[in-house]
Amino acid sequence: MDNGNDHYRRWGREFTIIMEYKPILDRLPYAKPFLFVDQLQQVDEDGAKGSFTFKKEMDFYEGHLKGNPITPGVLLTECCAQIGLVCLGLFLLGSEELKEAKIGMSSADMEFYLPVYPGERVWVSSKKIYFRFHKLKCEVKMHNDRGELVCKGTIAGMIKSSDHG
Amino acid sequence: MQDEQRYQKLKEIIKIYLPEDVSVEQVGQESHFIEELNINSANLVDIVLDVEDTFDIMLENEDMEQMQTVQDALAIIDKKLQHKN
Repeated sequence: MDNGNDHYRRWGREFTIIMEYKPILDRLPYAKPFLFVDQLQQVDEDGAKGSFTFKKEMDFYEGHLKGNPITPGVLLTECCAQIGLVCLGLFLLGSEELKEAKIGMSSADMEFYLPVYPGERVWVSSKKIYFRFHKLKCEVKMHNDRGELVCKGTIAGMIKSSDHG
Repeated sequence: MQDEQRYQKLKEIIKIYLPEDVSVEQVGQESHFIEELNINSANLVDIVLDVEDTFDIMLENEDMEQMQTVQDALAIIDKKLQHKN
C-alpha cells in the first residue's frame, strides 16, 4: 500500500475536475463581490454540483443582521442560482457557443431551514426539470458541511448565447 | 365546434400565466402575448409546455419564435394536430 501514490492520485483527480470545469467558471458573468461559486464538483446533462464559502469578511455581515451576522436568504438563493442554474445552463449551451451568454432569473421559489453563519461552506446541487426554448428550470438544494439541508426550492431562468439576439 | 373548443382550452392555459393586472376577459384572438397580455418570455415557455401536454403535440424553436399572438398559437396547434393525424 503506497499512501503517497494514493494521495497523488486523489489530488490528480481533483485537479482533473478543476480543469474540466474551468471553462464554465471562466464564462460566469459574475465577479467579486457578487460571485458565489468557488468550485464545481460535477456538471452533466441532468444537473450541477458545486460549493462556496461565505467568507467572514464579506461586507453584508455588518448589516445583516446588526450585531448578529447571518447570511441573507437572497444570497443563499443567488448562490443556488449561480451554481445550480447558471453553471448548468452554460454547460447545456455547449462549448460551440463560446460567445457571451445572456442570463436572467425568471422565478425562484425557495424554502429555508437552517442559518448559514460567516465562514461556513455550502454545497449546492441541482436537478434539471427542463431546458427548452432557452428556459432552464431546476430543483436546487443546499447543504452545509455537516450534510444538513439549508434550503431547497425551484429556480428558473432564461439563458441564451448573445448572438441569438 | 372544434375550433372554439381549442380556443377555450388555450385560454384556460393562458389564464394561469396572466399577470395580476390583466384579466382573462382581455384575452382575444388578436392579443399579443408579450406586448398586450404582459406575459414574460419565461412564462410564454410555460404556456408552450402546457399547450404541448394539453394537445399532445411537440413544438420546435421555430414555432416558438412565430408564436406572438393567441391567433398564432391557435394556427400552430392546428398545424401540429393535422400533422399528427
